[in-house]
Amino acid sequence: MIFKFLGLEWKSFVRSASFGKGLALKILMGFLALYFLTIFLILGVALYPGLKKMFPQEDPLKIVNDVLFYWILADLVFRFFFQKLPVMLAKPLLTLPIKTRKIVNYVLGKSATSFFNILPLFAIIPFGVTLIFEGYPVSSVLIWMLSLILATLIINFLNFIIESYSSETELSFLPIILFVGGLFALNHFGVISFARLIGQGFESIYNSPVLIIVLILILAALYLINARILRNKLFLDSSLKTKIKEVNASDLEWTRNFGDIAPFMQLDLKLIWRNKRSKSSVWILVIGLFYGLFFYPQPVYQDMPWFFAFIGIFVTGIFLINFGQFIPAWDSGYYKLLMSQNIKYEQYLKSKYTLMALSVIILFVLSIPYVYFGWKILLAHFAAAIYNLGVNTHVILLGGSFNRKKIDLNQRAAFNYQGTGAVQWLIGIPLMLVPLGIFALSYYLAGFEIGCLVLAILGIVGIVFHQKLMTFITEKYMRSKYKMIDAFSQDN
Amino acid sequence: MITTSNLSKKYSDNVVLNIETLEIPKGQSFGLVGNNGAGKTTYFSLLLDLIKPTTGSITNKEILVHKSEDWKPFTSSFIDESFLIGYLTAEEYFYFVGELRGQNKADVDAYVNQFEDFFHGEILKQKKYLRDLSKGNQKKVGIVASLIGNPEVIILDEPFANLDPTTQIRLKQIIKDLAESKGVTVLISSHDLMHVTDVCERIVVLEKGEIVKDLETNAATLKELEAHFAN
Repeated sequence: MIFKFLGLEWKSFVRSASFGKGLALKILMGFLALYFLTIFLILGVALYPGLKKMFPQEDPLKIVNDVLFYWILADLVFRFFFQKLPVMLAKPLLTLPIKTRKIVNYVLGKSATSFFNILPLFAIIPFGVTLIFEGYPVSSVLIWMLSLILATLIINFLNFIIESYSSETELSFLPIILFVGGLFALNHFGVISFARLIGQGFESIYNSPVLIIVLILILAALYLINARILRNKLFLDSSLKTKIKEVNASDLEWTRNFGDIAPFMQLDLKLIWRNKRSKSSVWILVIGLFYGLFFYPQPVYQDMPWFFAFIGIFVTGIFLINFGQFIPAWDSGYYKLLMSQNIKYEQYLKSKYTLMALSVIILFVLSIPYVYFGWKILLAHFAAAIYNLGVNTHVILLGGSFNRKKIDLNQRAAFNYQGTGAVQWLIGIPLMLVPLGIFALSYYLAGFEIGCLVLAILGIVGIVFHQKLMTFITEKYMRSKYKMIDAFSQDN
Repeated sequence: MITTSNLSKKYSDNVVLNIETLEIPKGQSFGLVGNNGAGKTTYFSLLLDLIKPTTGSITNKEILVHKSEDWKPFTSSFIDESFLIGYLTAEEYFYFVGELRGQNKADVDAYVNQFEDFFHGEILKQKKYLRDLSKGNQKKVGIVASLIGNPEVIILDEPFANLDPTTQIRLKQIIKDLAESKGVTVLISSHDLMHVTDVCERIVVLEKGEIVKDLETNAATLKELEAHFAN
């Protein structure tokens, strides 16, 4: 049975419509994975000698035991954002004559082989082997290693329980942040020293291996809880069921001021506000606005004025980048409708342009308080805003004509890579690095003011040629019309 | 009204549609029947310029559909759910479509209210997004939206599927009225032979992308079609 399941898995991977197209992303993810594996391997090998050198008085094993608490917290947070229980896998199996118990065990069992569980092994095993070479008792070390592996699995299953309960709330990441933050705070302010408690726990397992029973019991309990939650979810109506919210309609009459693009602007605004995925770009806006605060208060960056334009591009262009990179994929769900309706492509694109341009202006106005850190920052932001208005808006629209990835608007937002293709990674270069390069170069050659001037002039040139550029971009979209329709009607 | 000549569509050597010539006059109610894979949806997609013909062309009121976009103002369609915008309410969707067809809110309201009967109180003033409606109700919204703005050509793919019997009967009446009294050219496809023979003046049978029958509907048509598909 398990082999049949795995066979299905493999086919779904190889035969997915985006297999070829998403290869670049997969390779990138592959490199990331390799990177982390290497880091962990180095950590595992170097940990013992490193600790011995830094704290010659103390036992490295004890130090490691004492920081396990932090590892657990960090692991929980990471998993929460990146690891999902592959429930959807089970859906097509429901109607087949397979016992529910088997499907549940398969889904849960498969989660145990996740990358997140393999990764720690790369640190645990080399460290354990070093311990044995250093003369620690072999059986105790082996038991200790085993207990860590069990701990990894406990975190694995604990995460799914947290996820399944918090996914129902609007701000789904709040519970995990409160939970982990609470534990960290209790420990940090010395109310309860979890770090020591956990450390002692693993020490006692090391000393008396029988205690490993406790971990096994916890793991079994969590597994059973998960199995119960999952079994209740394995019905089409409960996993498919969506909460039906009452519509709060507003007629957005003010968009009439923009003339014939008004219907599209209304559509775009509703799109942004009424879908989970796009709504997140509004929250990111807030984060982006405060992005400068990471840099400007630090004296190091005060002496690097060539960097200001980059932050300016980012702060005033955060919405542009976030929303713009998925044009026209935002509308992929009903692209056929748009293509067969009485719609001028140019109006459609112009609505997107207007929205992005407005966001740049609003964000610039909101970022004026940065002048507190120096007038140069304001000037750089102003130049960057003009550059965004004149150049980046057009660049991102042009990039969109290469977009071939569908987006399902109802999916959750954070760390959702659906719809992300090579275009999204490549577009970052002209959007951010080119203005940074231009500014830095003219800054070194001619000074700060000239740098700002160069950016602003480029922006103004873009604005002057707006009509021409839009015609060119519209043509690009027209030419890839059939390809887009085809790509957007595929499920990837 | 709609002229098809030498039209073919191939997907890597696999011919899915091959129509030498097909002429649909103005005001005709035209039915397309055929088994799965016969090419019905392909033909409609070509007619709406959603896919590119391999050879040949379709003209809609003398306009080459894959060259010019001027057929769009008088042509409307509902092919599948991808013609709906899930995050709008039914009213908002009607207004949006209406606006694209030069109708203001009052026009749309007046027009849509005629269909209260058809909607069965489950569509208008529901404060629900289209994505939260049932499949059948979504279909009703899509069909009615395609009627807004006095189009001259209406294309409906499988309009009867997923509808309850009462609605099917009402829809048949609506389609008949359009063709008979308003001179609208209506193209529909269906798997249900009874419905098409009820509604359409002319029925074309597609098989593996080719036209195998072209019938004027009369009392014997249903029998003839049933005999054809029984083999």
